[in-house]
Amino acid sequence: MSGAALRTSAWRGLQVIPVVIIATLVVFLLLQLVPGDPAITLAGENATPEQIEQIRALYNLDQPLLVQYGQWLLNAMQGDLARSLMSGEDVTRLILQNLPPTLLIVTCAMAISLAIGIPLGVMSAIHRGGVLDTIATALASVGIALPNFWLGMILINFLALQNNIFPATGAGSLLQDPLNALWYAFLPALSLAAGGVAEIVRQLRSALLEVLDSQHVRTLHAKGLSPARIVWQHAMKNVSTTLLTVTGLLFNRLLGATVVIEAIFAIPGIGSLIVRSAIAKDFPIVQGVVFTMVLLVILGNLIIDVLYPIFDPRVER
Amino acid sequence: MTALVLSAARRPVDLMILLDWRGRLSAAFLLAMILAGLAAPLIAPYSPTDQDLVNMLMPATVDHPLGTDDLGRDVLSRLIYGTGASLYASFLAVAVATVIGVPIGLAAGFFGGWLDDIISRVIDALLSFPGIVLAIGVTGALGIGLTNAMVAVGIVFSPMVARLARARTLIVRSELYIDAARCFGSSSYHVLRRHVLPNILQPLLVQMTLLLAAALLAEASLSFLGLGVQAPAPSWGAMLARGYTYMEIAPEQMYPPGFAILLTALAFNVLGESLRVVLDPALKAR
Repeated sequence: MSGAALRTSAWRGLQVIPVVIIATLVVFLLLQLVPGDPAITLAGENATPEQIEQIRALYNLDQPLLVQYGQWLLNAMQGDLARSLMSGEDVTRLILQNLPPTLLIVTCAMAISLAIGIPLGVMSAIHRGGVLDTIATALASVGIALPNFWLGMILINFLALQNNIFPATGAGSLLQDPLNALWYAFLPALSLAAGGVAEIVRQLRSALLEVLDSQHVRTLHAKGLSPARIVWQHAMKNVSTTLLTVTGLLFNRLLGATVVIEAIFAIPGIGSLIVRSAIAKDFPIVQGVVFTMVLLVILGNLIIDVLYPIFDPRVER
Repeated sequence: MTALVLSAARRPVDLMILLDWRGRLSAAFLLAMILAGLAAPLIAPYSPTDQDLVNMLMPATVDHPLGTDDLGRDVLSRLIYGTGASLYASFLAVAVATVIGVPIGLAAGFFGGWLDDIISRVIDALLSFPGIVLAIGVTGALGIGLTNAMVAVGIVFSPMVARLARARTLIVRSELYIDAARCFGSSSYHVLRRHVLPNILQPLLVQMTLLLAAALLAEASLSFLGLGVQAPAPSWGAMLARGYTYMEIAPEQMYPPGFAILLTALAFNVLGESLRVVLDPALKAR
């Protein structure tokens, strides 16, 4: 990377700071949405005065709002996301324990989305208006409107219950038996990836069509280059940044969608954790998972921002 | 052509004429769904909550065209009543997103300066949250239930609306007629309401249609997870949740609500894309 590119990357890295600060503020302010006195509401119906006091102390509810936020932020920056209201477990530890299965299926789903989406989008653009394009575009429309957890149910029904090819539910340990873990992750990742493939096909196709209509591609045609070479060697360079942007958005989307997929496949990830905690009003865990997810997305965006200048030198400014 | 489209688009009936066949088909389908949802008590053959424990998980018969669920309730009736709940949920979420997002986007785009800087940063930060996760967080705070869940989804969608409103306002702001209105001494509020807002409505209409599809899928997800509609009320997501529980003995239970969600979300998306082509003639070439 040249000096200028390095500077661009560093500058983009710095711009992430205000986003992180506002994100922490949003996570903190979730508590303010709790109707009534949060301590009483969160403690539940049969709470003892001690339990209510405990929640009040946990969130410093008798202090001014700014002090509450400052204290919460200070703790969060030290990795302290408080303790579960139900079990008393350390929230940070709980999240770290549940993170690997979530990251595994999201990563696999990203890989599947890109591996199927890119070739399909490119073929679709090259054969614009052809049979393959029509089918791919129609499939993409369905893929975006398809509830991914319903697809998961259909896959379980056909590939796990009626034909015993894949395990229906559960997750394998990535450390003890990586292959087994991947085997368990396959159906959930496939259900997640349907929307991802659809998104990539649509965006890539439309970006490629724009490039293929441009003057410089016409010149390449005139030079006698084959359509395949024009697309793979020239046009793909022009759409690489679009692809990066879509990949970033996809990561965000899949991290959200995995919550329902984890419920379907009974995967012990942070998605299952937040749903369980939201129903049980275990608010520190809810806040902790929302915070973890947004940090992951911001980190993903940061990586993509740093990669932009490498893929497209025009970004160096 | 542009002038024709702009003037015609002011009346919904004329807009229908300009849509392509896909858009018209989707609009007709959605209209039928809305009517079915509203007229549910008239057209549903049974009550959605009447249990018949002798006839549980029955396959399709003449009496029950889509069979019965795990409590012997008529699946077709639950599907029809669920239409109302699911569509109400989608429209509620998009209404909340519009009411929050449009004024904020208008203000940021129109006044610019430090206000725009702050609002834009907040929008960036909010868009970094995975939508469903933030919606679960907000629902967890507001309390579980369909209305709370969809208000949460609306809050989560509002930065998307605000971003588009801001971008469009930036374009409209530099138009000559805005300067003219200002020269005549119009207040900012008057300019925003009478001159800016009407000119950013069309792209917003497209986005709202597409968001309806996203909201429908969000309702299905949240009700499936038990954070939305509460038993025994029917919604498509809640029906899928029961279908999931009894998947091993009655896998056919998951198809009616699943297809209902898929087709309705597809119709919103197709209608949105058709509207985009009509309202934005520059896109027609592609």
